Amino acid sequence: MRFIFKTDYDQDIRILKHGGYWWSYGILLAALIALPFLVGSYLQSQVVFVFIYAIVGVALMILTGFTGQASLGHAAFLAIGAYTAAYLQKLGVPFIVYFPAAAILTGIVGAMVGFPALRLTGIYLVIATIAFAFIVEEILARWESVTHGNEGMRVRTLDIVGMPLPRDGEAFYFLCLLTLVGSIVLALNLLRSPTGRAFVAIRDSETAGKSMGIDLAAYKVKSFAISAAITGLAGVLFAHKMTFISPEMFTLLLSIEFIMVIIIGGAFGVHGAVFGAIFIVMVDPFLTALKDDVPVLAASVASSFGMASDAAAKLRDTMSSIGSAAGLKGAIYGLIIMMFILFEPYGLYGRWLKVKLFFQLFPLYKKATFKRQKTYVKSERNR
Amino acid sequence: MSFFTVDSISLQFGGLKAVDSVSFSVAKGEIFTIIGPNGAGKTSIFNLISRLYNPTSGKLFFEGSDITEVPPHQIAKLGIARTFQNIELFENATMLANLLVGRHCHATTQLWQDMLFLPSVRRAEKEHRHKVEEVIEFLDLQAYREKLIAGLPYGVRKVIEVARALCSEPKLILLDEPSSGLNVEETDDMSFWIRDIRTELGITVLMVEHDMSLVNRVSDRVLALNYGKVLATGTPAEVQAHPDVIAAYLGA
Amino acid sequence: MLDFIQQLVSGIALGCVYGLIALGFVLIYKATEVVNFAQGDLMMMGGFFVFTFIGLLGLDYWLGFLFAVCGMAVFGMATERILVRPILGYPQFSIVMATIGLGYFLRSIAGMIWGTDDLKIETPFSAGVLKIGDLVLAHDKLSVIVATVILCAVLYAFFNYTRMGTAMRATSENMLAAYYMGIPVKRVVSLIWAISAAVAATAGVLLAPITFIHSNVGLALGLKAFPAAVLGGFGSIPGALVGGLIIGVIETLAGFYLPQGWKDVAPYIVLLVVLLVRPQGLFGPSMRKKV
Repeated sequence: MRFIFKTDYDQDIRILKHGGYWWSYGILLAALIALPFLVGSYLQSQVVFVFIYAIVGVALMILTGFTGQASLGHAAFLAIGAYTAAYLQKLGVPFIVYFPAAAILTGIVGAMVGFPALRLTGIYLVIATIAFAFIVEEILARWESVTHGNEGMRVRTLDIVGMPLPRDGEAFYFLCLLTLVGSIVLALNLLRSPTGRAFVAIRDSETAGKSMGIDLAAYKVKSFAISAAITGLAGVLFAHKMTFISPEMFTLLLSIEFIMVIIIGGAFGVHGAVFGAIFIVMVDPFLTALKDDVPVLAASVASSFGMASDAAAKLRDTMSSIGSAAGLKGAIYGLIIMMFILFEPYGLYGRWLKVKLFFQLFPLYKKATFKRQKTYVKSERNR
Repeated sequence: MSFFTVDSISLQFGGLKAVDSVSFSVAKGEIFTIIGPNGAGKTSIFNLISRLYNPTSGKLFFEGSDITEVPPHQIAKLGIARTFQNIELFENATMLANLLVGRHCHATTQLWQDMLFLPSVRRAEKEHRHKVEEVIEFLDLQAYREKLIAGLPYGVRKVIEVARALCSEPKLILLDEPSSGLNVEETDDMSFWIRDIRTELGITVLMVEHDMSLVNRVSDRVLALNYGKVLATGTPAEVQAHPDVIAAYLGA
Repeated sequence: MLDFIQQLVSGIALGCVYGLIALGFVLIYKATEVVNFAQGDLMMMGGFFVFTFIGLLGLDYWLGFLFAVCGMAVFGMATERILVRPILGYPQFSIVMATIGLGYFLRSIAGMIWGTDDLKIETPFSAGVLKIGDLVLAHDKLSVIVATVILCAVLYAFFNYTRMGTAMRATSENMLAAYYMGIPVKRVVSLIWAISAAVAATAGVLLAPITFIHSNVGLALGLKAFPAAVLGGFGSIPGALVGGLIIGVIETLAGFYLPQGWKDVAPYIVLLVVLLVRPQGLFGPSMRKKV
């Protein structure tokens, strides 16, 4: 257990609270910088997706985790960012202009969503964001002069002042890493400043916030705008990574995936967004492995334990047919969500903290430290 | 013009007159208490003053200016802070964060400055922290800085609410039943603090209270309320001797 | 003019479909403050149940109907026991997420068990039409309208005039207080999930001839029924019906009179506009926190 002797207010303001963090996060960053030179292109590509999902996760964390405003419409913000990039690129606008432009445009749209959301809470807000996302999806499909409708749009290779950044290249990887680190720093800066505290205040008690001088409307709109703008940045990267975008890529299911990122990661800290993104992106490779490798492995294990070779082959076939059953991904997604909410309500980051505390306090760790309070009394209708 | 004036204010919920043309004024540096049976409209008056409710008729004046139309989030900036009857703290934040929210009405930095955490933000943060530490010192809350509100006992939360209100450096503080749910010792502490808030910090106190011993100990003047109407105003002794007040409490 | 009336009538029929599913949303919310995003998928499961009983096992339609509804009631109870009860009392949003997960799971499992083709059953309502003057209304749609109205009336009466209904309303306001007052909260919650699943199954069976039985039908209809419930004011039974009718009529009329694409969006636009004016929906009570 580390005790920090505080002699200065700056110590509470700093993002990295003590020297140990400089080491651990420094090593992590160094590893991430070295990564593209060490691993194959497939894994590198997966990590880029982790970055993009984590950026959206951070954005959603600001809105849902800190401000307490649920949103099932973030796929629409991603779409707006992606389409802005694709369209402006087609017009010949350079990346250094359309990258921030996408963020600004998405931010403005986010603020516009924020206004009607001012009076809505809970489930009413959820449905309003869903409705917004549907409307955006439909506009993308119908506004053919700009978006090419359901045919979708090709996105050319990213180009920074004449230097091409192909989607599989190291440079693109670093761009995504930089954007992620930037948005994380931004979120942490917000958290330690009056704006972020106002967000948290809105989450916990709107009435008290109002009486403490927080303009609820202004801060909710700000939260929506910031969250949308960051998602817009992720959208630009997403468009360039996919090289092709069409309206059916940005459906409600994608919004649900984004919410899963923060639920699985743990919706109370920026770490959670990153943990959740890693998990969600890795579900796909995991399923592929389930389909290809596990049956073969199981069969060889079975035959090495003396199972007849034809029986082992049969086992392999049965297992791979289960693994490749249509819709297995949906079932596993569903199971993951339910399991996390039932057994790991604080998400992966919560588990991380628990493990850390276990070793710090060993052998005095108490399970009850993290016991979640249930409230049977408060009705969420009277907020 | 006196420091704070409520001028024949009324609040109507449907057919029910929760507050019925109540008038009173509070002098600077006074401890003014509103008493009355449950449902008399005491908290409604507070909610009117902090602009959570819109009055049906009547006006509010603070330091000579009309605040009847001011939006609720600007009330704190004018110098009126409040606590709540059933504690409205930000449960999932540390006490320090709660108190810093109390400083929100003095925040000067813009959103983009906050995002980049410019040196000006850092300077402002230290300033805020300094003021918060003064309040922590004043109310003896040093032990709880990093604690989450959700894990603190009721009595401490009650004090933290007062602390949060004080952090906004108010000129007038509204305390809604500061002693409810506190034991005798804690109530004693609270009565000392209320007097200190007036004498040391020079803040005018307007409070709603049920505990008559506390009321007698600290109040300069008392207003008794029943069914939204003023029964009597005066010193604690005068009000308690007033026949209408006795009738309202004893039901005679 | 005749066109308009014909469209209006089919809009009402569609609206009743939405209303019927919305009713399920509303019931669970009314009793437990849980928003069940898997409601559409429960309806879908009801459809597959009835297909199993009638299409595969060859039972009589009404017997199959009964079995499907009872089966789904048990299924709803089991869901409540396994998934919902452990997380009662947690923030609303985590419960919403859990039911979204349940929806994913059910869709996928149903696809694996019953395949991904459109399935169909023979019903007594399949062929006939009702003609009033020049208006035409198919019997299957008529059956939905009648069932929706009856179920709304019965459940409304149940909530407002029976002891159990009162107990359910008390549970939703304050679970702990209800428990202390001797209301068997766990049984109440169980029961409401059973009723809600049974209502969903009824919808599934009645819709089987109209929309066919498919694993994704629940999601598609659920996403329309959910705005209907919100529009009516979540937690109001007449609200669910009215909300469903509004969404259904707007969708049909927009599909007929407006250019392509408006059909799917118009209900959501109306929903947003209504929520702007009345954030609590049409029939939802306006509540604010007391401080």
